[in-house]
Amino acid sequence: MKVLVPVKRVIDYNVKVRVKADQTGVELANVKMSMNPFDEISVEEAIRLKEAGTASEVIAVSLGVQQCQETIRTALAMGADRGIHVLHDGDLEPLAVAKMLKAVVEKEQPQLVILGKQAIDDDANQTGQMLAALLGWGQATFASKIEMGSGEAKVTREIDGGLETITVKLPAIVTTDLRLNEPRYASLPNIMKAKKKPIDQMSPADLGVDPAPRLETLKVEEPAKREAGVKVADVAELVSKLRNEAKVI
Amino acid sequence: MSVLVVAEHDNSEIAPATLNAVTAASQIGGDVAVLVGGSGSAAAAEAAAKIAGVAKVLHADAAEYANGLAENVAPLVVALASGYSHVLAPATSYGKNVMPRVAALLDVQQISEISAVVDADTFVRPIYAGNAMATVKSSDAVKVITVRTTAFDAAAAEGGSAAVEAADAKGDAGLTSYVGAELSSSERPELTSAKIVISGGRGMQNGDNFKMLEEVADKLGAAVGASRAAVDAGFVPNDYQVGQTGKVVAPELYVAVGISGAIQHLAGMKDSKVIVAINKDEEAPIFQVADYGLVADLFEAVPELSKALDD
Repeated sequence: MKVLVPVKRVIDYNVKVRVKADQTGVELANVKMSMNPFDEISVEEAIRLKEAGTASEVIAVSLGVQQCQETIRTALAMGADRGIHVLHDGDLEPLAVAKMLKAVVEKEQPQLVILGKQAIDDDANQTGQMLAALLGWGQATFASKIEMGSGEAKVTREIDGGLETITVKLPAIVTTDLRLNEPRYASLPNIMKAKKKPIDQMSPADLGVDPAPRLETLKVEEPAKREAGVKVADVAELVSKLRNEAKVI
Repeated sequence: MSVLVVAEHDNSEIAPATLNAVTAASQIGGDVAVLVGGSGSAAAAEAAAKIAGVAKVLHADAAEYANGLAENVAPLVVALASGYSHVLAPATSYGKNVMPRVAALLDVQQISEISAVVDADTFVRPIYAGNAMATVKSSDAVKVITVRTTAFDAAAAEGGSAAVEAADAKGDAGLTSYVGAELSSSERPELTSAKIVISGGRGMQNGDNFKMLEEVADKLGAAVGASRAAVDAGFVPNDYQVGQTGKVVAPELYVAVGISGAIQHLAGMKDSKVIVAINKDEEAPIFQVADYGLVADLFEAVPELSKALDD
């Protein structure tokens, strides 16, 4: 069984983002970029399926600027077999990404596509569900446990009130939640080996998809600032302030 | 202009998050209809009809909607969407699962977790874990939107008298089946709608120590939350998690105990009205957003706080 793992290059989760002064977006120049944390979990899960003998090949795919190749190399160093890079310089929205991934899926014929539940830059949480819709496949979102059966997968999902378990027929889409696994670090020898693994490059046009955004971003602003608070000396002062000043208890 | 709100419900009651989505729908303007897709869900449809501001309830009752599986619910929403300019759902785990599937089937780009309505085409939404706010304009024929519930007041659950119309079911897609659920049982208010939330982090050291927070929570009528570190360490179940990857809360009072205040956590609580931080590390980033900060050992401060609330 082939497993396809889409991975996104995003601002590193530890970076405090800065909004550009002209309000056109956030500052991306000279900022540390990394693989989206949820996608690391997807790659890890795919590799575990391979180690368990369930998956025969793991393909990492990324869409965007030339540097997305670094993100694919990271996935290859973790243990993915080969990469696909769809080169595009402009903004990509989840719908366009889902359409391109659909074309890749039709070409590669994986039985399972594992995506992160959301990217920490646009916080959209859409691509996996959209890809499932376009392919007419079942979806198991926010997965915290995956058990592969014959012709189906049993997936435990994180929902608001606790956990829910569903079975989904293969081929299927799974999106990962934080608790699915703990991603491994790539070792130096594996990073060296990953440099020899192949990455195919293509364009949105090769996949027959128009990547133009549907939404127009009018402006990006800083969120409202909180006023500076005060330090209290002890619990008695805290309770008194909450009762008499803030009047919240 | 007319707006369809996809209701989240358990077949007998409407989930509170739906009421916040109805308010967002009212701000867009036009008639507001609510879709209740369920099985044995007449009570939920009647409850939806009583929500203030709702003009019509569409009720599809069939076995395939019993558990809200996205593969079955999405075609139902899509079949009805052509009559509406906007389709909204609360940005809960249910809405986030179903709506992008609807959007892709309609070939439109969804707008996730809006926090404000500017006009019928223009919306504000947080990006980068709430560290930036984007104003976006959609030119899609139907706007598919999920609503950040803490950013909109709840519509009154009583006072409306909408007509309930039956909607045709679309059949079982046969792609997924429901096995079961394990829900956390709690006597306390639900985290996302609580007026007061008290959360613990890694500093709590173990799950037993959360009893200290529960004691304070019971005295305040508060919900108990947690940081990702506390959840990952197994102190509490994952549905306690407040943050970018957990729940977003905006209570009147948020008390962060033994929580450093990582970006990921702040994304889930920084819109709270008053924030209190109790932490022994005076350099902890949580103090930068706290209205009242107490630098103290939580194992002394929390029992003291509990006692002070008795007075």
